Amino acid sequence: MVDLSTKYLGLTLKNPVVASSSPFSKKVENVKRLEDAGASAVVMYSLFEEQIIHESKALDHFLNRGTESFAEALTYFPDFEKYNVGPESYLDLIQKLKDSVEIPIIGSLNGVSRGGWINYARKIEEAGADALELNIYSVPTDFSLTSMQLEDEFIALVSDVRKEIHIPLSIKLSPYYTSLPHFAKQLVNAGVNGLTLFNRFYQPDIDIKEQEVVPNLILSDPGDMRLPLRWIAIFYGRLQADLALTSGIHSGEDVLKAVMAGANIAMLTSELLRSGSQRLAEILEEIQNWMEKLEYESITQIHGSMSQINVAEPSTFERANYMKVLTSFDGKILF
Amino acid sequence: MKREMITLDANEAVAQVAYRLNEVIAIYPITPSSGMGEFADAWSAQGIKNIWGTVPMVMEMQSEGGAAGAVHGALTTGSLTTTFTASQGLLLMIPNMYKIAGELTSTVFHVSARSLAAHALSIFGDHSDVTAARTTGFAMLASRSVQEAQDMALIAQAATLESRIPFLHFFDGFRTSHEVNKIEQLSDDDLKAMIDDTKVFAHRQRGLSPDRPSIRGTAQNPDVYFQGRETNNPYYNACPAIVQKAMDKFASLTGRSYHLFDYAGAPDAERVIIVMGSGAETVEETARFLNEAGEKLGVITVHLYRPFSVEHLLKAIPASTKAIAILDRTKEPGAAGEPLYQDVITALNEGFAKGTAPFEKMPAIIGGRYGLSSKEFTPAMAKSIFDEMKKNQPKNHFTVGIVDDVTHTSLDYDPEFSIEYPETKRCIFFGLGADGTVGANKNSIKIIGEETTNSAQGYFVYDSKKSGSVTISHLRFGPKPIHAPYLIGVGDANFVACHQFNFLERVDMLKYAAPGGVFLLNSIYSASDVWDHLPVEVQQTIITKKLRFYVIDAYEVAQKTGMGGRINTIMQTCFFAISGVLPREEAIEQIKRSIKKTYGKRGEAVVQKNYDAVDSSLANLHEVKVPAQATSKLTRHSPVPAAAPKFVKDVLGKMIEYEGDSLPVSAMPVDGSFPSGTTQWEKRNIALEIPVWEPSLCIQCGKCSFVCPHAVIRQKVYSPELLANAPATFKSVDAKFKEMPGAKFTVQVAPEDCTGCGLCIEACPAKDKSQAGRKAINMADQVPLRESESKNWEFFMGLPEPDRTTFAPTTVKNSQELTPLFEFSGACAGCGETPYLKLASQLFGDRMVIANATGCSSIYGGNLPTTPWSYNKEGRGPAWANSLFEDNAEFGLGMRLTIDKQTEFATELLKALSGELGENLVTDILQADQSNEAGIAAQRVRVTQLKDRLATSNDPRAAQLLSLADVLVKKSVWIVGGDGWAYDIGYGGLDHVLAAGRNVNILVLDTEVYSNTGGQASKSTPRAAVAKFAAKGKGLPKKDLGMIAMAYGYVYVAKVAMGANDAHTLRAFLEADAYDGPSIIIAYSHCISHGIDMRKGLEQQKNAVACGIWPLFRYNPALIDEGKNPLQIDSKEPTISVEDYAYNETRYRMLLQSDEARAEILMKQARTDVEKRWNLYRQMAEIEYKFGETKKTEE
Repeated sequence: MVDLSTKYLGLTLKNPVVASSSPFSKKVENVKRLEDAGASAVVMYSLFEEQIIHESKALDHFLNRGTESFAEALTYFPDFEKYNVGPESYLDLIQKLKDSVEIPIIGSLNGVSRGGWINYARKIEEAGADALELNIYSVPTDFSLTSMQLEDEFIALVSDVRKEIHIPLSIKLSPYYTSLPHFAKQLVNAGVNGLTLFNRFYQPDIDIKEQEVVPNLILSDPGDMRLPLRWIAIFYGRLQADLALTSGIHSGEDVLKAVMAGANIAMLTSELLRSGSQRLAEILEEIQNWMEKLEYESITQIHGSMSQINVAEPSTFERANYMKVLTSFDGKILF
Repeated sequence: MKREMITLDANEAVAQVAYRLNEVIAIYPITPSSGMGEFADAWSAQGIKNIWGTVPMVMEMQSEGGAAGAVHGALTTGSLTTTFTASQGLLLMIPNMYKIAGELTSTVFHVSARSLAAHALSIFGDHSDVTAARTTGFAMLASRSVQEAQDMALIAQAATLESRIPFLHFFDGFRTSHEVNKIEQLSDDDLKAMIDDTKVFAHRQRGLSPDRPSIRGTAQNPDVYFQGRETNNPYYNACPAIVQKAMDKFASLTGRSYHLFDYAGAPDAERVIIVMGSGAETVEETARFLNEAGEKLGVITVHLYRPFSVEHLLKAIPASTKAIAILDRTKEPGAAGEPLYQDVITALNEGFAKGTAPFEKMPAIIGGRYGLSSKEFTPAMAKSIFDEMKKNQPKNHFTVGIVDDVTHTSLDYDPEFSIEYPETKRCIFFGLGADGTVGANKNSIKIIGEETTNSAQGYFVYDSKKSGSVTISHLRFGPKPIHAPYLIGVGDANFVACHQFNFLERVDMLKYAAPGGVFLLNSIYSASDVWDHLPVEVQQTIITKKLRFYVIDAYEVAQKTGMGGRINTIMQTCFFAISGVLPREEAIEQIKRSIKKTYGKRGEAVVQKNYDAVDSSLANLHEVKVPAQATSKLTRHSPVPAAAPKFVKDVLGKMIEYEGDSLPVSAMPVDGSFPSGTTQWEKRNIALEIPVWEPSLCIQCGKCSFVCPHAVIRQKVYSPELLANAPATFKSVDAKFKEMPGAKFTVQVAPEDCTGCGLCIEACPAKDKSQAGRKAINMADQVPLRESESKNWEFFMGLPEPDRTTFAPTTVKNSQELTPLFEFSGACAGCGETPYLKLASQLFGDRMVIANATGCSSIYGGNLPTTPWSYNKEGRGPAWANSLFEDNAEFGLGMRLTIDKQTEFATELLKALSGELGENLVTDILQADQSNEAGIAAQRVRVTQLKDRLATSNDPRAAQLLSLADVLVKKSVWIVGGDGWAYDIGYGGLDHVLAAGRNVNILVLDTEVYSNTGGQASKSTPRAAVAKFAAKGKGLPKKDLGMIAMAYGYVYVAKVAMGANDAHTLRAFLEADAYDGPSIIIAYSHCISHGIDMRKGLEQQKNAVACGIWPLFRYNPALIDEGKNPLQIDSKEPTISVEDYAYNETRYRMLLQSDEARAEILMKQARTDVEKRWNLYRQMAEIEYKFGETKKTEE
């Protein structure tokens, strides 16, 4: 029997397949289904500080609008005793999930203000989350902001959060850093226990008929895995941090690739959104089958086996494709 | 026992008592009583219990008549039941009140007394409604202040349980119902102490029950009815003593001592006024003031008006009395005197005759009217009445507070007379509606009242406009108790604040400032610049009165701290800092505490931005060094332009600049009929931004004009020669209209009338191909464009109206060539209802009669000073009337009956006179095809000819026909109203009118809620939406009015949404009018009570249709004759989810935010509702309509 267990952020997980941050986790029943399907942990949907602030201000705006203006209609809505426009429902959900499932629950946070990051991180810990993944989602459009300033800000932020909480902390990274290894190292130095590679940003599309910019959710394709795969392979063994691969995992084979490159776990979202939680069970079966077929004994055994430090040709991970093609052509002995 | 001192208005105070003393509450909203019902509903939803430990059950009914019926039913089965109402609502309860009293049933109805609609509707306070109910047999208990209102609510309940007489407890609408004052709150223990549970059990025991069956409401005959009616005499005889007993018990508990008739004043008074309601406080304070100067005056406050105890009244009158004046806050035309006057005269005469009167000689007695519809009743007026009584021949049946230059009933009074205490601080704040000024002031009063030992009072005056309105807050506070139910007078205000700079141009607000007072101005100009931007009148007053002048740029602080347009906490902080009522730091702490209390539940971000605003305020507050001279070149604007008609200038103009009180009786129309088209003279300039037209991008589709709620963006097609005299900035472009080749086309905006709602921009489909964000119209700042665009507008309006026969109005673009005859209303910016009315006025306005139900459409349609229904260059336009709420369909039917009858009569006369008039003319008239504009125009020509010929005839029938002739031009009868009318209170009448089969067009402006009174649920409110009386989300589905109407089979029914499909809406209007029978159009109207960005209103309409919750259809009975299915579904099957539509709206979203589980359940049901409805409609539209004759023919 193959041993699928792995360790991630100090947690012992029964297998390397984790459900990543998505709307699935908004309902306890769904998370239960993921657990039943075999997920070894769940990363909750992100708590967006910006959304909380927006909801709160929007509610205030619309409840105030038009009030105390016309004598017959001094208000337009009943005013309730309480509104869930803070993080309460998210925190309640963490508690409910902890009460309902056995597998670890990892909180996910996207803040917008320094105070917000720290405050919500603490609350998520207090609510009982086993770990916290910081979702640093931002599109920097400020032409005067240097890469160093941007990175320094993030590092300072992560340090503050690290000081504030005791549960394991991971960062969901985007690939758009000038020197990704340096940035990753700084994060680890700041006390981060894990790195999740990579965040997929929703990119807006253009409707040429209506001449409008439209938001568009595109689920990942298998090709999306290549980028995080490369970087995990490069990072493995060189950073004191666990690695998680997210984006483009669609099959058991993909999970194995991720583990071999050096990831402790592989995260799924698009595949689950496309095919439902049952797909997860199928993927686990695929992993079992592959490992049995290839006579691998355990996940631990193959963990990082194909990372840069461990492969035959480490430079393959560093060069862009065309270089390899040329080199291979050049390397051919012509007779 | 320590009771809490609380600061609140009478509605809330009364509701607190009534709620705790009842088990069932059935209500219907009506201003100014709605607040009581809303409180009850909110508390019930929160699970707050009454004094017996159970939660009262609150039910909203379809009308007050329904509420009274439900109350009667609940009472007769033994519940402790109450209701809250006013005015027309109370009238509708009268039949049940007779029953409830006749059956000796204990209950208290709480009424915020309001005027009755006679020559006009008024939401304001007087005693017309309660006195109209005085014959019902209800006992009547009057309160004169907020404290009394709370106290009497309890006393009434105790008395009704003991006496078995039902009570009507009333207090002045607005003046007391909405006055915020500091009172001692009655505790649960107080309530329990006053209510005898054995009486409660007895009441319950009398309830109908099969366990002890009896019958009530028998029909009786002449043999016994009379005797049966006399059986209640002992109960009415005992009632006054029972009430006094309850009052005495109350006094022992609280120390506040009341009597059926309370006397105050000199013990040896010679002149006495008898009065009930808040006016009594004014008279009492005036008498006190004058008595201190040596006069001998007194006042009797009437508390128990029914049963009227002659004995108790006589005991209250001092023996020294030489003259009595009785004040009535109502008018009973045709009576020998007003109600209280008649009662008192009867009492005095009886007493005198029996020898039980306290005086030997009958005093001189006069009676008069005051304060109708919250007309101010001031100490000066009270004094004038006391002075009148000094005369040898004092005026009887006088009026006071107005100038009656027609029948000369009015008394003169000295407007400078004031009895204000110097220790009391008086502050007036002029705010822009919804900027938070009123809320901040209510909060300030609360802080002062509850955190200091000061007494505090707040009263708020609102505007009749639904957007861009002016609010005026009157605050008093000080060490002495405040008994001043009148506004702060000219020259009496220690502090005047203006929260909107441009009000300085419109209103003389500094006339209220007392010398040496403070003036705080919200100004975008700094302390060093502001002086030169003030009108010269303002400068002069500041100098003359030596005012201390402060400025703050509150909008900038608000923007920086994320407060948007809400300057409440900013101005409030400044007020406290300047007034010094609390030390600065303490004031800030208190403000922050109440921010947390009020807004904490809306989230940290909201609390924080308010805190930031408070913290930023004082640093931005600056005192202005006042120069010695008034040097400004600017003057205050006149309210209407010089070119306005005389009536507009002399009468409406005065009302616009807040001088309406000075208008004499002769200025008003005798029958309440006002001229049309007056909004064009009131240039409001409330838009911060207005649309700017880009001719090169415009595709001339007409959509911008179609959707504009205010008719401020219009189009015209005209001859190019007319451009010769166009102003330099006037834009035009080659017209793309095949009906008029070679013509020019312009889209023009009315810059001073636009509200800046932006719907035109949203509707515009034309985008710049090089810059997608730029459309054929784009918003730009109004101020720089005001002058040039005003000139352009004037020129545009001078261009000829397009010939109605040239452009067939069957397309959206053509329809907008027709002149709108509904313009510049005071509706909310971006209103969803008004574009439909404007469209109807374009299509049919010059031959349209409208019956308009009470509601938003009657307010923006008919609230003075200016009204939007207008007339064209020929002087024709919609004739409009609002009757009541419940009768609107019938009212419109009556109009149709007249037109039909007159047409019939005119036809008969035409035929009889055809010899003299000419056979051809008569035939042409009678056979005219008036199905299009050309036909109607031709008929107009014929009718003119007819009238010319009739004018020269000697036949007496000619004069008859001449007076009727205009009816021969086809008329269009429209019955308009909202969903509150159509689905609820007016439904019975609507149903009958549909059934009657006459040619009427009914337009239901469906906002899915009672918009005008602040968002109470109607049967049109959809499932899962939150509204007042559906605070937990409406659990039942929306009534399908369209389906019900279709059931008749001969009614044209259309469901439209202009934002989803404008062409469909247009088609429906044309088909409805063309259909010779009853038509009903149900029109989706987005509304501020949906809690949406109003600029997205049209998009939400699209979403409503796309998710299937609002299917578009037309049911045209005319198709049945062609063997076709009359139902055509005009929108597609749902393409988006209900949530995608609903959760853009606060009315749905707030349930998700407060009770997610329930929101999910209801939303799931809402989705099923949509599926069910589509399933039904789809199948209905597929039914074969070939049967009977048609089928046989085919076979």
